[in-house]
Amino acid sequence: MSDKTLIVEGLNVAFAGRSVVRDLSFTLLPGRCVALVGESGSGKSVSARSLVGLAGAKAQVSARQLSFAGHDLLDLSERQWREVRGKDIGFVLQDALVSLDPLRPVGKEVLEVLQTHQYGDRQSRAARVHELLERVGVPDVELRARQRPGQLSGGLRQRALIASALALDPALVIADEPTTALDATVQAQILEVFQQIKARGASLLIISHDLAVVAQLADDVVVLRHGEVVEQGPMQQVLSQPRHPYTRALLAAVPAEHPRGSRLSPERAGVHREARARVHSDVLLEGRGLGKRYLGPDGLARQVVQGVDFTLRAGRTLGIVGESGSGKTTLARIALGLLQPDQGEVLYRGQPWNRPANAVSEAVRRPLRREISVIYQDPLGSFDPRWSVAQILDDALQVAGIEAAARPARIAVLLGQVRLPADLAQRRPLQLSGGQRQRVAIARAIASEPKVIICDEPVSALDVSVQAQVLDLLADLQDELGLAYLFISHDLGVIRHVSDDVLVMRHGQVVEQAAVEQLFERPAHAYTQRLLGAVPRLPGSGAALVVPPLDLEHEAFHLFDETRLWKIAI
Amino acid sequence: MTDLTLDRTLAPLRRQRQWKLPPVGASLAILFLSALLLAALAPGLFTRIDPLAIVPRDAFQPPSWAHWLGTDQSGRDIFARIIHGARQSLLIGVAATAIAMAIAITLGLLSGLGGARVDRALGWLLEVLFAFPSLVLALLFVAVFGSGVGPLIVATGLGGAPGYARMVRGQVLAVRNAGYIEAARALGHPTSRIVLRQLLPNAMRPLLVTLTMGVGQAIVWASALSFLGLGARPPAPEWGTMLSMGRDFIANAWWLTFFPGLFIVLTTLATTVTGRYLQQRLEGRLP
Repeated sequence: MSDKTLIVEGLNVAFAGRSVVRDLSFTLLPGRCVALVGESGSGKSVSARSLVGLAGAKAQVSARQLSFAGHDLLDLSERQWREVRGKDIGFVLQDALVSLDPLRPVGKEVLEVLQTHQYGDRQSRAARVHELLERVGVPDVELRARQRPGQLSGGLRQRALIASALALDPALVIADEPTTALDATVQAQILEVFQQIKARGASLLIISHDLAVVAQLADDVVVLRHGEVVEQGPMQQVLSQPRHPYTRALLAAVPAEHPRGSRLSPERAGVHREARARVHSDVLLEGRGLGKRYLGPDGLARQVVQGVDFTLRAGRTLGIVGESGSGKTTLARIALGLLQPDQGEVLYRGQPWNRPANAVSEAVRRPLRREISVIYQDPLGSFDPRWSVAQILDDALQVAGIEAAARPARIAVLLGQVRLPADLAQRRPLQLSGGQRQRVAIARAIASEPKVIICDEPVSALDVSVQAQVLDLLADLQDELGLAYLFISHDLGVIRHVSDDVLVMRHGQVVEQAAVEQLFERPAHAYTQRLLGAVPRLPGSGAALVVPPLDLEHEAFHLFDETRLWKIAI
Repeated sequence: MTDLTLDRTLAPLRRQRQWKLPPVGASLAILFLSALLLAALAPGLFTRIDPLAIVPRDAFQPPSWAHWLGTDQSGRDIFARIIHGARQSLLIGVAATAIAMAIAITLGLLSGLGGARVDRALGWLLEVLFAFPSLVLALLFVAVFGSGVGPLIVATGLGGAPGYARMVRGQVLAVRNAGYIEAARALGHPTSRIVLRQLLPNAMRPLLVTLTMGVGQAIVWASALSFLGLGARPPAPEWGTMLSMGRDFIANAWWLTFFPGLFIVLTTLATTVTGRYLQQRLEGRLP
């Protein structure tokens, strides 16, 4: 146990001659944490996988030195790797839902690791499973251990996965984006589990694109870009006094740290928008006492939205924030007039827009639809897979009543408005990057010259620097075109950056509604306070991480996500 | 703008989609089907012999230079009859599949879009149809409406329809919930336009492959019905009918049954191989 040090020196990884990681070096001492930081394609996951021999059959891994606790990790046979994995090195994968066997109870999953490595006898193994699940904060262990991954919430699944990685008390734990898919409060709890792992003397290698998460755990940070190390050093130094422009750009792109009106992307940072006067503009979209219930797969009705009021004024942004299952997306669909509420009504410019029992017919809505657009989280899924960018925009312009002859010119203008090159028009969405796709989605949304755009998690699937560009673009378009946004996100940082007013939702109800500064500086409701406290912060940005108490009740009933529910309900 | 610059550098790489020649099996299959299509359109290109010309002294000639695949009991040239029969067989295969698909699209769309009650009712109907083997269903139809090429096509089409209807329904249900359908609704497109321009083409795309294979299947069924004497009437050159006619002489003159049978097998094989090839190509590109 004396020297469980991981030494990586000059690690190179290539696929079919194409280099994806170049000359990565770091040393990880027991009880410390190194974070590999970077955006998608930076090579951080491949690096981590190389350390456990999982880079894939086609990967060519080479290094001057790659050793753990004095043992050489290069050129291990698959049999030798199996000895090391799980026992000496625990590996926590990103997506717990796909990483766990859907047909196997999670307790068995943990048990299997113990069996593979011949840990103790039957009884001591069972006791160990119990102890492990308890240690990672799984409530009601006896029941949970018998449930399958599909029956558990994201947070519980992630914990079960961590428990199986910790089963044999590995001296090194590698975690690849362990909190990325999780809500803020759950993320805070998982980070707490990792803190404990560190405190028990294990070393931790964490892979993340989220600098705020890294700030909570890491002692040293390695910033990767296109497979190259751009900056490396102690966490405090790298995050507080970044030397490399890319690190600075990453930090600048974190929306939570930048108030409304400031720029996030580097090329236009410093250009401040004028703070908009809080004049009372016209009310455009208004919801009154909205309610919606769905029949769940178990036959029980679930009140997904309950008694929600909202008001969206011209040229303003109303942020709606809440964790998964809080009813945000359902509310967006009701506001769009794609789903009818059970109670209440939505008014558009004072006229009925959506009411229960088809009281406002689609024929009434259709001529007004061009005034309310939508941007989805997954732009690719919102495009017809057969169409090119030009066809997608042409279709939207046609609905807006633009003559066929005038459309090509308008398409070029639209692409310019979303800062895309005109030659992109002939490509298919599949050939575009995530950021470009979302820009095309925005171009489609503004094609009909709308007054309102409903944005449903528009930047959640994007890397932080791309997210910054898209948020900046949305801000510019709001100024240029006087758009009103109904902006839905689970990310408090994004909400704080974009919103004028914020509505906090939980279990389908609005728990708090206030102007953005007021909500973030003086949250009134206990849930809002807890939500804000759970957000990890960068060093030197005020409040430290406050880990909220485990909310067992919330976890236990947090089984179905909204999107799945409405698909069943249709 | 990191993603933009990166994408610009990658773009030429992605656009260069190399057009590779299909593998040997698929090439042969496509070649065979093309030849068959040509034979159906212009049989004169392949043979000058009249398929109906009766030459009693040439009866039961084994394959030779004069008669490549031999002659039948009336001295008719079998190669000429197979070539001329291609039109009939292909017509039956394509038309029957088209009829099956038309019925399937109607039922599938109704089932997928008509609401829970319509869906359940049509589900029952399809299950009842499924309970009968397709061939028995087709036989029933021919028994009621008489034999001949017209009823044969309709019968074969009816027999295949329930299977396709199931597939169309499944696709419609999947595509109906796709993001781009909702996006089209949010744009304000009328429902009819969404169904015709987006839902149907996208739902049908994976079925194109099944259709290609279905043509081969339909040819087999039609031949089976003709063999039973329920399709094209002799002496019309039709592969199933030729099989049936040659059956009596199979002990002495194997070529009467062997060659028409071979062509049925080859055609079905070729459509299946081509279908598989298309499937691999198309699905490789789908998201």
